[in-house]
Amino acid sequence: MILSKIFKNTLLILVTCLVLSACATKRNVETGQMQSDVYTGTDSVEYLADGVPDRVFFATNESILTTASRETLRTQAGWLRKNSSINVVLEGHADERGTREYNLALGERRANSAKDYLMTYGISSDRISVLSYGKERPVDAGSNPLAWSKNRRSVTVKAN
Amino acid sequence: MIKKFYLLAICFLILPLKVHALIEVDITRGNLSPLPLAVSPLSIDDKSKKSFELILKKENIGSEISIIVENNLRSSGLFNPLSKDAFLQAPDIANLKPRFEDWNLIKAQALITGKVTFVDEKLRVEFRLWDILAGKEMMALAFTTVPNNWRRVGHIISDKVYKRLTGEKGYFDTRIIYVAEQGPKTQRIKKLAIMDQDGANNKFLTLGNELVLTPRFNPTSQMVTYLSYFKNLPRVYLLDIETGTQEVVGDFPGMTFAPRFSPDGKKIIMSFAKNGKSDIYTMDLENRIVERITNHPSIDTSPSYSPNGKHIAFNSDRSGYQQIYTMKSNGADVKRISFGNGIYGTPVWSPRGDLIAFTKLHKGKFYIGVMRTDGSGERLLTENFYQEAPSWSPNGRVLIFYRETKTDAKGEGFSAKLWSIDLTGYNERLVVTPTDASDPSWSSLLSN
Repeated sequence: MILSKIFKNTLLILVTCLVLSACATKRNVETGQMQSDVYTGTDSVEYLADGVPDRVFFATNESILTTASRETLRTQAGWLRKNSSINVVLEGHADERGTREYNLALGERRANSAKDYLMTYGISSDRISVLSYGKERPVDAGSNPLAWSKNRRSVTVKAN
Repeated sequence: MIKKFYLLAICFLILPLKVHALIEVDITRGNLSPLPLAVSPLSIDDKSKKSFELILKKENIGSEISIIVENNLRSSGLFNPLSKDAFLQAPDIANLKPRFEDWNLIKAQALITGKVTFVDEKLRVEFRLWDILAGKEMMALAFTTVPNNWRRVGHIISDKVYKRLTGEKGYFDTRIIYVAEQGPKTQRIKKLAIMDQDGANNKFLTLGNELVLTPRFNPTSQMVTYLSYFKNLPRVYLLDIETGTQEVVGDFPGMTFAPRFSPDGKKIIMSFAKNGKSDIYTMDLENRIVERITNHPSIDTSPSYSPNGKHIAFNSDRSGYQQIYTMKSNGADVKRISFGNGIYGTPVWSPRGDLIAFTKLHKGKFYIGVMRTDGSGERLLTENFYQEAPSWSPNGRVLIFYRETKTDAKGEGFSAKLWSIDLTGYNERLVVTPTDASDPSWSSLLSN
């Protein structure tokens, strides 16, 4: 069931890549920090612990987790299992290219997408809360595709 | 927190008036040749002048009121107030009986005159509107109010003139509630702020300790519903502008957002997000009964009632992307109405009931536009890098919205400002605010 879902998601991402590759700008290819329009760099990434990145990134308008995002979240789940007293807040964000209210909902959907995945790996929902900031708290103030890709994110933050 | 201005404080004394077929201004299309008119300074006797100077710290309150009228009429784009330097007749004499030939000579088609007096500690203003070509008085009115209301007197005169010349209600005696913004783009500080429609009397209603978004007036413009991140729990709140009392109304186990009042002011309609889906709910403010209106795995948000309360417009991504839908107020009969190219959001029903204003994103540009309530007749009014969240003037002729600038390569140069534009797509104007600003909401007409 989960496998088929993952397969479906991967397929969707592949299709998205194909569609978007047509409009991917040269600059992104050069910097190598974006794949289709999902951020793959490490610029804004912080660490919950050694080797445990705190955030995952999303394509425009999407809340589907990429392969890299799932790997990050599996690492987070492993760390959370080892540190069972730690609770987390998943902060969902959107880029500035959407209406404010829709972006609040989109941030919530992204954070929940990350939450669902952590739960799949055995983390109790009691330990995870979700908070959407919509487009209110960008990490990168830029008005360009790379900045927007850094801002489309779900960040896992220690709550205690 | 803010004094409520009682309607009672302003008494209308309608003086006799002879009606003739006179000037008319057509406001249904872009007005490329605004009507030239003269706003004579309101005359004032020396004794009254000194009394008002003492109370209001304004040297000549008669001139000040006429400037408000002049600015309002100019900002509508329908009128062209002529320079006072060209006026040949003194204000007091003009108010008694204008020499029409003199005003005709400077090409004025209409003339506003008036008189201010200090009577029993009150401000008494009479004004007259004259048709220069016909050589006739079109309207004469008098108000008595407390001196501090002098700006509102200017707005009320503007509304009366606008109505007499266009046949439609004005929108000058109104206020705007909005979000004042300060600080860097990545750490914006946001406060609720309120001001008169012309930017005067700006006041901050919150301190900026927590993020606040999307304030909207109730129909009487005395209450505001908005989103606050108080204690990091994004919830819908209610604020009484007069008392400053705030209370949470959307305290559900999840985020509540995108609030608006129903047209009768009795309910708040909002979105509730949980487990990655957002649906639309209403809450009755009297008995606190919550009703679920939509139930769909998609994002349903930005709900807005039709003026008769029978329908709701909202945006949903149930088709894959954000589009505009309408439904009956009980959630039945959901219909998609936006079918053009691009993404559509923030539908807002016009106070006249015939149009829905929206934000559209297409090929990297944002548009403010209007469509009929069945989605036909789409018209885009303005295009920009980023703009959204239109709010209607109470007469349904003007939209106010906010616009953000593109930052440079270093991420600098960000600003957010309020703008207004006529339904015709002409007369786009910056609405000046003391700080950066977003999420404007226009009040109803405060006097009628």
